[in-house]
Amino acid sequence: MKIHEYQAKEILRRFGVPTPRGEMVTTPEAARAAAERLGTKIVVVKSQIHAGGRGKGGGVKLAKSPAEAGEIAAKMLGMTLITPQTGPAGRVVKRLLIEEGLDIKRELYLSVLVDRAVAAPVLMASTAGGVEIEEVAHTNPGAILRETVRPAAGFQAYQARKIAFGLGLPAECVGGAVTFLQSLYRAFIETDASLCEINPLVLTGEGELVALDAKMNFDDNALYRHKDLAELRDFDEEEPLEVEASKFKLNYIKLDGTVGCMVNGAGLAMATMDIIKLAGGSPANFLDVGGGASAEQVKNAFKILISDPSVRGVYINIFGGILRCDILATGVVAAARELNIKVPIVIRMEGTNVEQGKEILSTSGFNFSIASDMNDGAHKIVALASAAAGTKR
Amino acid sequence: MSVLVSEKTKLLVQGATGREGTFHTEQMIEYGTKVVGGVTPGKGGSIHIGVPVFNTVSEAARATGANASVIFVPPPFAADAILEAVEAALPLVICITEGVPVLDMVRVAAVLAGSGTRLIGPNCPGIISPGQCKIGIMPGRIHKQGHVGVVSRSGTLTYEAVDQLTRLGIGQSTCIGIGGDPIIGTSFLDAIRLFHEDADTRAIILIGEIGGNAEQQAAEYIRAHVKKPVVGFIAGQTAPPGRRMGHAGAIISGGSGTAKEKYEAMSAAGIHCVQSPADIGKTLAAAIGK
Repeated sequence: MKIHEYQAKEILRRFGVPTPRGEMVTTPEAARAAAERLGTKIVVVKSQIHAGGRGKGGGVKLAKSPAEAGEIAAKMLGMTLITPQTGPAGRVVKRLLIEEGLDIKRELYLSVLVDRAVAAPVLMASTAGGVEIEEVAHTNPGAILRETVRPAAGFQAYQARKIAFGLGLPAECVGGAVTFLQSLYRAFIETDASLCEINPLVLTGEGELVALDAKMNFDDNALYRHKDLAELRDFDEEEPLEVEASKFKLNYIKLDGTVGCMVNGAGLAMATMDIIKLAGGSPANFLDVGGGASAEQVKNAFKILISDPSVRGVYINIFGGILRCDILATGVVAAARELNIKVPIVIRMEGTNVEQGKEILSTSGFNFSIASDMNDGAHKIVALASAAAGTKR
Repeated sequence: MSVLVSEKTKLLVQGATGREGTFHTEQMIEYGTKVVGGVTPGKGGSIHIGVPVFNTVSEAARATGANASVIFVPPPFAADAILEAVEAALPLVICITEGVPVLDMVRVAAVLAGSGTRLIGPNCPGIISPGQCKIGIMPGRIHKQGHVGVVSRSGTLTYEAVDQLTRLGIGQSTCIGIGGDPIIGTSFLDAIRLFHEDADTRAIILIGEIGGNAEQQAAEYIRAHVKKPVVGFIAGQTAPPGRRMGHAGAIISGGSGTAKEKYEAMSAAGIHCVQSPADIGKTLAAAIGK
């Protein structure tokens, strides 16, 4: 789960990580008032969306007075911000963070994440602040400092010192850096974060380290033990159909093709998208209805799929195994009837009672195509979907 | 012959009395797996679907001589269940549970590294040596005893591949679902090494997906050591970057973990690469000259 920068900074402050003073606002008047209260010569107006690269898209601006902060806020609120990470559609700006301007001497990079290869948390740092770490890893991998944490011992002070000296911080700043790093690590562990990224981390004229930007992502699997964090989820930042699907506990990701996919299991769902592409079509979504694929979930999945206007056909690919195909088929027919589904549907299913299942489908009165295998189904649905693309739904 | 599990496997089921645990315990017994005990704290001393239930894993292991355990407990309790099995010194633990927090697995992995226990999973379908022993949730009837080792991060996609093999009359030595999470007990590399050393496994199928670099590590080992034919498929060729595709571990991050780079590594290792998931069985058949 992602959260906004201002929320990440609130969390970090709770753990003792220094951040600039600031306030989240949703109106130009509030922006102006916040700038007044901050009282610094310069304030920064930062649009709050769940995507990076905001500066490049014009989503971060400096103001020299509270009045100017208000003017900038008036332009920024409601604008569609397009950054390298939002895709061409961009995101509508609904919240701003008004922050004090700082005297910046150096910009650095710092992050904490779990390295899956060694199954342990790792701290990464570089002197190239403000640059995406992937870019540094590509152009100058030697410039990235890495400290792997031993889970039993935790993050040690000597490791923090190695990073501080490695970043070339002046000796008098190292003590502060150790405290900063240990606080950041504690915030990462205690919130079950999957990523905690400070880019840039700045060294101010006063010799202090401050998290100028902050990004925190959390492990969805651990949200059950962080009810307060779960409430920070911003549905405005997510694709509406994905929000709807998540209410039914369906794993759905919207894509830009025309063939709707309903599959059980994540690996098979990805493979189904791949085979549609190989057959000359393009998948409209990733959808995993779960290993069991109950009749209820099939109906919910149908609701989501047909509310996507670009869907011209639906490919149901269920490898049941233990699942009974007659029950699945009954569910598909009931859902098609109840939801009055008009788009062509191709069904490929395997499992117990597959013959009875096929019988139920073919005598249902609906125009289902039954596929003999995964490949046959992919070709059938791509042909039907491209034929349907010419006609109105 | 097979790897890790055989007719000698004596299995405990942690969470045997729950809904999932009960259903799959019945299925495993029906397949012929020797289920010697169940563990549910507070229900020790009872008999559930013909299986004696114990309060702790240690007690169950002592009383039954079990040498493996399968876990069906909910995600908040899965790490504890794994660690309890490690403490009981069981050599093999299979965790089916999906949704275990990553930081729980970080702690588990650190303990596993200094133990004699091998973990498979979590978030996996389990392991089966057809005709001998089935541990997990896979449908037994699609499998056939034979000489192909199958290793995969996925559940249903593995069934798809196994089904293709069986329809072609090609049996399997052992099929291992290693799980779709970012931190798992047994990696592709571990599984490939086991198949490489198993005289009865004559060919290998590797089914990977986007995210991480476990497939590349396995490919490097295959290039250097494995003479048996290997067929490889990677799911997620059409997956958009930055999105988690159902499995917690299936994500392309920072342009790394793509299907393309995995295919390149497999290709360089001499693995027979399959672009379509429908061609896994026939490519293996061609590779073994059948």
